[in-house]
Amino acid sequence: MTSPLQQKLKVNGPVIITANRLGDGAVVHFTADHRWTTQLDEAAVVTTAPAATELLHAAVADDIGAVGAYVAPVVLGAEGKPAPGNLRERIRVAGPTVALPSHPEF
Amino acid sequence: MYHYDDFDRTLVAERVDEFRDQVARRLSGELSEDEFKPLRLMNGVYLQLHAYMLRIAIPYGTLSSAQLRMLGHVGRRYDRNYGHFTTRQNIQFNWIKLQDLPDAMADLAKVEMHGMQTSGNCVRNITTDQWAGVAADEIEDPRIWAEILRQHSTMHPEFSFLPRKFKIAITASTHDRAAVKVHDIGLRLHRNGAGEVGFEVLVGGGLGRTPYIGKSIKPFLHKRDLLSYIEAILRVYNQFGRRDNIYKARIKILVHELGAEAFAKEVEAEWQLIKDGALALDPAVIADVAARFSYPDYEQLEDSPATLTSALASDPQFKIWFGNAVSNHKVPGYAIVTLSLKPTGGPPGDATAEQMDAIADLADKYSFGEIRVGHEQNLVFPHVPQRDLPALWKAIDAIGVATPNLGTVSDIIACPGLDYCSLANARSIPVAEEITRRFRDHNLARDLGRLHINISGCINACGHHHVGHIGLLGVEKNDQEYYQVSIGGRADEHAELGTLLGPAVPYAEAVDVVEDLVAAYLELRARPDEIFLDTVKRVGVEPFKERVYATR
Repeated sequence: MTSPLQQKLKVNGPVIITANRLGDGAVVHFTADHRWTTQLDEAAVVTTAPAATELLHAAVADDIGAVGAYVAPVVLGAEGKPAPGNLRERIRVAGPTVALPSHPEF
Repeated sequence: MYHYDDFDRTLVAERVDEFRDQVARRLSGELSEDEFKPLRLMNGVYLQLHAYMLRIAIPYGTLSSAQLRMLGHVGRRYDRNYGHFTTRQNIQFNWIKLQDLPDAMADLAKVEMHGMQTSGNCVRNITTDQWAGVAADEIEDPRIWAEILRQHSTMHPEFSFLPRKFKIAITASTHDRAAVKVHDIGLRLHRNGAGEVGFEVLVGGGLGRTPYIGKSIKPFLHKRDLLSYIEAILRVYNQFGRRDNIYKARIKILVHELGAEAFAKEVEAEWQLIKDGALALDPAVIADVAARFSYPDYEQLEDSPATLTSALASDPQFKIWFGNAVSNHKVPGYAIVTLSLKPTGGPPGDATAEQMDAIADLADKYSFGEIRVGHEQNLVFPHVPQRDLPALWKAIDAIGVATPNLGTVSDIIACPGLDYCSLANARSIPVAEEITRRFRDHNLARDLGRLHINISGCINACGHHHVGHIGLLGVEKNDQEYYQVSIGGRADEHAELGTLLGPAVPYAEAVDVVEDLVAAYLELRARPDEIFLDTVKRVGVEPFKERVYATR
């Protein structure tokens, strides 16, 4: 598979860098000070391809913190806080859209 | 049940130790992700949307009660208290942590389980009929051959880096419950004109992006030649299969591009070089493997005992369940019982840790401690005395696995879809759950007759949508979920690919379309016992297409 660093980024709006944490696979996002956080509103939001590329390089360089970093779209709320930009990312952030069998709600 | 020998136990134990070391080196940074990924995949460890996923092999779908109890333990201790049975007789845990995986694997090894051959470009878990060894229409137990192939293919150095994954299925019955025609290699045990039992070999079947029905390249293969012939197929594939394009790497593409006849000639030429060598199966070896399968010490019982006939006469609900979930056993006085993992409003194929524990206990009590997993994502008790059926029914009803919907519209095969899977484009589970809610009247559902719905969340087709009587394929358009609808597919001995009806429909309409198709079928069927599939065959897809798209 092509490395994310070799792919030409198309950025048409606000984006973040997201990945899965190495130890437990949890969804994490890359911050402006190059940390990984589970809180989406702490993620660094960029809006240009060069800025996204630079952030992605830094994220991928941290091979122990997280795995499979990529650029994901976000939408900005009224206070400028990012929310997931598509269904896939909404599910990653919020979890499955169905009740888990161990916690049935049907 | 098959019983491991010391070699098997040592191999699995060593694999746990290796993986523990690999995980430690990954967590410390000594191994990069690029180095580690192929190692974890060789142990069935994927990284999905929310977490790591562990896929555990259940060879030929046979589980002991101790193994099922251990799966419940793994779900409870290392995951979120449930597991998902897949269309390839495996089980997946969706929330497991990398740091916990070595301990989980060590626990699994205690009951002879592991994740080998559940991922990567190797020969995957070899599947068969979930009724193997007990089916009334079976020639012989196909699991012996599955086990011989498992032993041969496990960590086989020549076949650990194939162009792509490789799936083998075996059936020994007239009615194919193992979907052998949609596997890379399908093996059908049958009797030739001389009365000998051997294999018909089909090759190049598969679903996914480019679906094909397997082609028969060897009408009759003697048992002694099984390993050498399979090895010849794999060698031809290894040599000529495409490695430059992942979408064209499966053997089905090679068979299609070469043509089945030319492919068979290549195999034949390779086979002639090796057929009389070390791979020729010695009857003693076959006997040794067969001897490691234990069978219940059946009692001499009569069919239709008084406890059964009395319950059938007095309890209509029991009678409904019996008609739906109980099948003929080859031993008089016994029955095969299927447990539905398709509750109304629930995800197909999931079982909680508590259910696994309870099912294991009931297997000990009523099925000689044995459970089977079918590719339809249900479980089976293969050896139930008929006299115990009323008591068993009450017990499984109490834990939610006696829904009398097997083979009906709500017995849906579905992949995890976008709720879990990093490859998916659309969700499968909520669509399946809504279908089961719409058809929650099981009397109506049974009146509809046999109707298989298959749902896949992406073109990889883990939900086998191409071979559903109704197939739904989730696609993504402009960040919205849509579903392509096909009808007329089937995965049995008359396997066919479904026909695409027309443009994909949005998520909100997918279940309405299923209802429309069912309504059209009810109007079109020639008689109450003409099943959906036969109506499609008789009238074609056009009347269904008109019904679906008339108002869309």
